[in-house]
Amino acid sequence: MASEFAVEMRDVVKRFITPEGNEMAAVDHVTMRIKNGEFFSMLGSSGCGKTTSLRMIAGFEWPTEGEIYIEGIPMGHTPPFQRKVNTVFQSYALFQHLTVFQNLAFGLEMEGAGTDEIKKRVGHALEMVQLTGMDRRKPKQLSGGQQQRVALARALVKTPDVLLLDEPLGALDLKLRKEMQLELKALQQQLGITFIYVTHDQEEALTMSDRIAVMSKGKVQQMGTPVEVYERPANKFVADFIGESNFLEGTIKSLSKDEASVFIPSLNAEVKGMPISEGLVTGEEVVVCVRPEKIKLVDKSVKSDGLFPGRVTNTVYIGADTQVFVDVNGAKLKVWEQNRISRLDPKSFYTVGQEVWLMLVPENTLVLKKD
Amino acid sequence: MNPFRRSPFVIIAAIIVYFFLYAPIVGLILYSFNASRTNVTFEGFIPSFSERVVMDGSLVKSSPCGPFHWYCDLAKNDDVAEAAGNTLTIAFISTIVSTIIGTMAALALQRYNFKMKPFSQLSLYIPIVIPEIVMGIGILTLFSQFFGWANNAFNLVGDSRLSLGIATVTISHIAFMVPFVTLVVQARLQGFDKSYEEAAMDLGANEWTTFRRVTLPMILPGIMSGALLAFTLSLDDFVITFFTNGPGSTTLPIYVYGLLRRIITPQVNALSTVWILVVFLAVLLLQILQNREQKQHS
Repeated sequence: MASEFAVEMRDVVKRFITPEGNEMAAVDHVTMRIKNGEFFSMLGSSGCGKTTSLRMIAGFEWPTEGEIYIEGIPMGHTPPFQRKVNTVFQSYALFQHLTVFQNLAFGLEMEGAGTDEIKKRVGHALEMVQLTGMDRRKPKQLSGGQQQRVALARALVKTPDVLLLDEPLGALDLKLRKEMQLELKALQQQLGITFIYVTHDQEEALTMSDRIAVMSKGKVQQMGTPVEVYERPANKFVADFIGESNFLEGTIKSLSKDEASVFIPSLNAEVKGMPISEGLVTGEEVVVCVRPEKIKLVDKSVKSDGLFPGRVTNTVYIGADTQVFVDVNGAKLKVWEQNRISRLDPKSFYTVGQEVWLMLVPENTLVLKKD
Repeated sequence: MNPFRRSPFVIIAAIIVYFFLYAPIVGLILYSFNASRTNVTFEGFIPSFSERVVMDGSLVKSSPCGPFHWYCDLAKNDDVAEAAGNTLTIAFISTIVSTIIGTMAALALQRYNFKMKPFSQLSLYIPIVIPEIVMGIGILTLFSQFFGWANNAFNLVGDSRLSLGIATVTISHIAFMVPFVTLVVQARLQGFDKSYEEAAMDLGANEWTTFRRVTLPMILPGIMSGALLAFTLSLDDFVITFFTNGPGSTTLPIYVYGLLRRIITPQVNALSTVWILVVFLAVLLLQILQNREQKQHS
């Protein structure tokens, strides 16, 4: 391979003119380096610039500023049909007037492959997505899941260096989507090619990705492994967007290299030894992020350090967990209690109005800039 | 259950609509078998066959073709054959050219954003809404001015002089048909997702191959409806043809109008009947083709 990176976006800006005539940056100085063989996801809500970034890599849009490199080669205004990347579209974009076989053969014909080679490669690709025997059907005669597989096979049959996937599972129902997530990941590992995956579904991104770029308002908020973005979110946006978080306001009292002591008024206490994000200073107003599953509820009779009194305001039973909402001096905290024991008695659950202790372990929290 | 009650009014309205649409056509066909050559009242069918035409006043008593006397009369008429030939020639050429231009215009309006786009869109409607007679006069003025200038400037004499004829009629037809084709194709393009074209390019097809292999097959039904509309418009156009035709470029509508001015014989009805039959068969054929196409696609 010519380059360590399959795809590189260097300081890329894409500006659009809105219908009102204003200029808007859909992608705002984005730099990403995607390694060969990596499963890389761009995660964000709609309008965050993830799809525009993908479309620029595919060549459907050109950057206003900056440059995109594929295998180390600057792409400039190279048209899509001269790029060694292939796309799986959100709408699948299967050619309705062609059969499954003809859809897959299309890309190979463009390469000038011979009839025998096309037959062999199409057959192999259909086998890979478990659609053998469907080659004479028209796309409309297939289920949504099957169409999705055809779209995948049509891109993969070209053996691209990089496969771009634009929310490919968005139209499938939950069960099928979860199956396909694991299948896609397995396929990617088996083929060893780079996948760039665009999604708004954080669970999907966490399930499949080697690395995730969390995007918002055209900017990359954080780039890291699933564990990094979940356990060490770079800022309040990421902490809020990926998973759920409780935010407690406070002031930094003292600061060491990677820990801080923060006074939290709602707990009326200074909590020591909390991990910190970058760029904080002593005396700064901050938020302390605590994941709901990392708080423990303790019976009122127990006495120990690091316990804070609260009152249950609501409980929601959702099967695997019970969500307990606790009021702590006016601050509302979410606590996920795992239902490890099978029980039916309502009295064995927390009830509204019950006084409880909350146990916060400082290592399980994170101090973040206020915004 | 359909929440709309079927009221007797709906049925009556339907009957009235069908009556006004089809009664004239039925009457027209009936009169093509009329024994009376003045064609004012229906005097019954021509009763019998004979070697020659026997007349009784204005009534045809017998004819070699029997009740089909006026059709035989028509077949012997060389002017009709010429007019029919002109009409079809003009219709075919102008349909092909206007379909190509109209499709290109529709694709451009769908695909690109440019400063004059609202103006271009509006300018498509203008030829449709302005009275045809205005357009006819306008085109005639344009041609005569240009021909006058060109004939003078290049000293054209005799046969090489530019004059009105089949070419000017064809050009005029193309001019007024393009907006219709564009609008029909545009309507079909509304639902055309550009990701099909992007997918084709993504798979390695350049712009032209993408158009030929993906875009064109997918929008072909729209183009065909546009072409059919254009063809029928050209076939029965009178006003614009009237202003732009010249010697030797008489079309059927112009010819029929000419017949009416002299004497209305059932020959006109016979001609109209044949014409209706041809159009009806053409539409039927197209419908069958489209149905077959749809079945293949579903």
